[in-house]
Amino acid sequence: MSDLKKAFAEWQRKYQENCPDNDEDFVTISGEPIKSLYTPLDTDGVDYLEKLGFPGEYPYTRGIHYNMYRGKVWTYRQFSGFATAKETNERYKLLLSKGQTGLSVAFDMPTIMGYDSDHPRAEGEVGRCGVAIDSLADMEELFDGIPLDKVSTSMTINGPAAVLWAMYIACAEKQGVPSEKLSGTIQNDILKEYIAQKSWIFPPEPSMRIITDIFAFGAKHVPKWNTVSISGYHIREAGATAVQELAFTLADGFAYVEAGIKAGLDVDEFAPRLSFFFNSHMDFFEEIAKFRAARRIWARRMKEKYGAKNPRSWLLRFHTQTAGCSLTAQQPENNIVRTAFEALAAVLGGTQSLHTNSMDEVLALPTEKAVTIALRTQQIIAHETGVINTIDPLGGSYFVEALTDKMEAEAEKYFQKIEELGGVIEAINKGFFQQEIADASYRYQQAVERKKRIIVGVNEFVEEEEKIDIPILKIDPQVEERQKQKVKSLRATRDNEKVEIALRELKDAARGTENLMPYILNAVRVYATEGEIIQSLKEVFGEYKEKPIF
Amino acid sequence: MTRKIRVLVAKPGLDGHDRGAKVVARALRDAGMEVIYTGLHQTPEQIVQAAIQEDVDVVGLSVLSGAHMTVFPKVKKLLEEQGAGDIIVMGGGIIPDDDKKELIENGYAAELFTPGTPLEEIIEWVQKNVKPREY
Repeated sequence: MSDLKKAFAEWQRKYQENCPDNDEDFVTISGEPIKSLYTPLDTDGVDYLEKLGFPGEYPYTRGIHYNMYRGKVWTYRQFSGFATAKETNERYKLLLSKGQTGLSVAFDMPTIMGYDSDHPRAEGEVGRCGVAIDSLADMEELFDGIPLDKVSTSMTINGPAAVLWAMYIACAEKQGVPSEKLSGTIQNDILKEYIAQKSWIFPPEPSMRIITDIFAFGAKHVPKWNTVSISGYHIREAGATAVQELAFTLADGFAYVEAGIKAGLDVDEFAPRLSFFFNSHMDFFEEIAKFRAARRIWARRMKEKYGAKNPRSWLLRFHTQTAGCSLTAQQPENNIVRTAFEALAAVLGGTQSLHTNSMDEVLALPTEKAVTIALRTQQIIAHETGVINTIDPLGGSYFVEALTDKMEAEAEKYFQKIEELGGVIEAINKGFFQQEIADASYRYQQAVERKKRIIVGVNEFVEEEEKIDIPILKIDPQVEERQKQKVKSLRATRDNEKVEIALRELKDAARGTENLMPYILNAVRVYATEGEIIQSLKEVFGEYKEKPIF
Repeated sequence: MTRKIRVLVAKPGLDGHDRGAKVVARALRDAGMEVIYTGLHQTPEQIVQAAIQEDVDVVGLSVLSGAHMTVFPKVKKLLEEQGAGDIIVMGGGIIPDDDKKELIENGYAAELFTPGTPLEEIIEWVQKNVKPREY
């Protein structure tokens, strides 16, 4: 090694003599300086078995399966939902017919916030950026003709996750599918709502109770369901760096584990059903390093700190979505290229499922054509590029290994800081994450403004007088009216006495300590609406208010 | 004596995408304006009330949920009804070109900035088009 050290020092000397430059001018998209060259010196002293190991084995740095994509490629899971259940149902059938292998539901804002379509706060937002679901009746329509024992469904829902999940379970019952056979994911990650996505309903404590109720119910009755998808995606989209995304997401994960243990659950009972959701941004190697570091950190903590004994509890399984915030309204076709690189990084990072954004998403909801190209991008990576032939092809790269170690070390610093602040919820209350993210996003924007960071078509290589003419999917304003009428007529025709009893029982349970899931299920079965169930819980739990920081 | 330009940056509706609103708020503040940020999930009534109470010259609405065709007309109408029609309404977010044209032509918004707009452009527009009131 000392020969190498000497030789390397000599090379560096020549380098600086001939072409002097500064690492500070070569930074990742997160602002991390990168060296001109990485060598065995950067991974010196690394114990291969301890740090990397083999795929499918602890600490899973190289992947969670023995054979990774040689056995089965990742799940193509395009997120979609718009207008009413009927229109979204048609889009799902189209995607399934084109080779998509999992469904992913985007809900509209009123559904996400727990309001029915006819609530005054829902005005103008019904069916706009997702599908409107008010009751079990809508859920039945959403999955009409789609056998729920054959597909896996991911639902991006957090504050009211328990209610929408209960509707899905009840919908399956009506199809004759028992809950034990259902597979899928609810996002159900309320911590990142307070941190970044900001679609909260209740204050943190009752929210955490609902989540642990879901863990316990899932372990018993819906064993193949991922009961939380701990999400860095939104943290990153809100402007966080790659390290912040990694650290804050894993810190949230640890907080859920601790909450589950505190609620009296055995860690191995619920930890195997925890899953993750990350962003894949434009800085190719930084992203790959982030995914690899995430697996290693999670495995170590689960085993060593939380004492998990089941290897399935050590595995960090994750979904990836390419970075919406990297797309540009200018020259939107270029977004196809951006998305392809980001998708490739996710695959080289070992993702379990993937959503590729459509080129037009920065302008509006994607059209069919744009969605198809996005799906085809994944199929091209899987079938044409050859990257699936070997596992973790970048493992052992001096650069990627050094970057993986660096990401891990930086994340550890954040864990320390969060602990000093009194844990994740205390750090949220103190505005710590919110301020860190606001600072990072402002720094990034400044770099763009000063052209320290070039975005093709936006601050360089601009097409003067560019006229953007790609077709845009429009939502018919009649959608809102139709959905409002639908929920009104439901209230007029269902058995309202049963609804009242179910809601009263739910409130009583909320005041106590019983698991809330059976009560929520009872309420959805008699067609209580989402808004009514959430309102009942608000009366017991109250609502969260954020102190605005900028 | 003229005072500094006072801006209310507001997030109407239910969506939580506040990255753009915060970055713009900070840039306007760094450019020497007085900026008040409402925080999330505001109704048009709450926004108009805040604009009047804070005696601002301009309101910037950030909408990424697709509700812009409802929100802009409503805020503008409420401002006029409450005798504050002189407060300029501007905004930004994911707003398709046709909608943008319609909102501006009907006077619901003085200007709308869509993704990728340089901060400098927004600052300059405000400095040029918003006259701070006299004390």
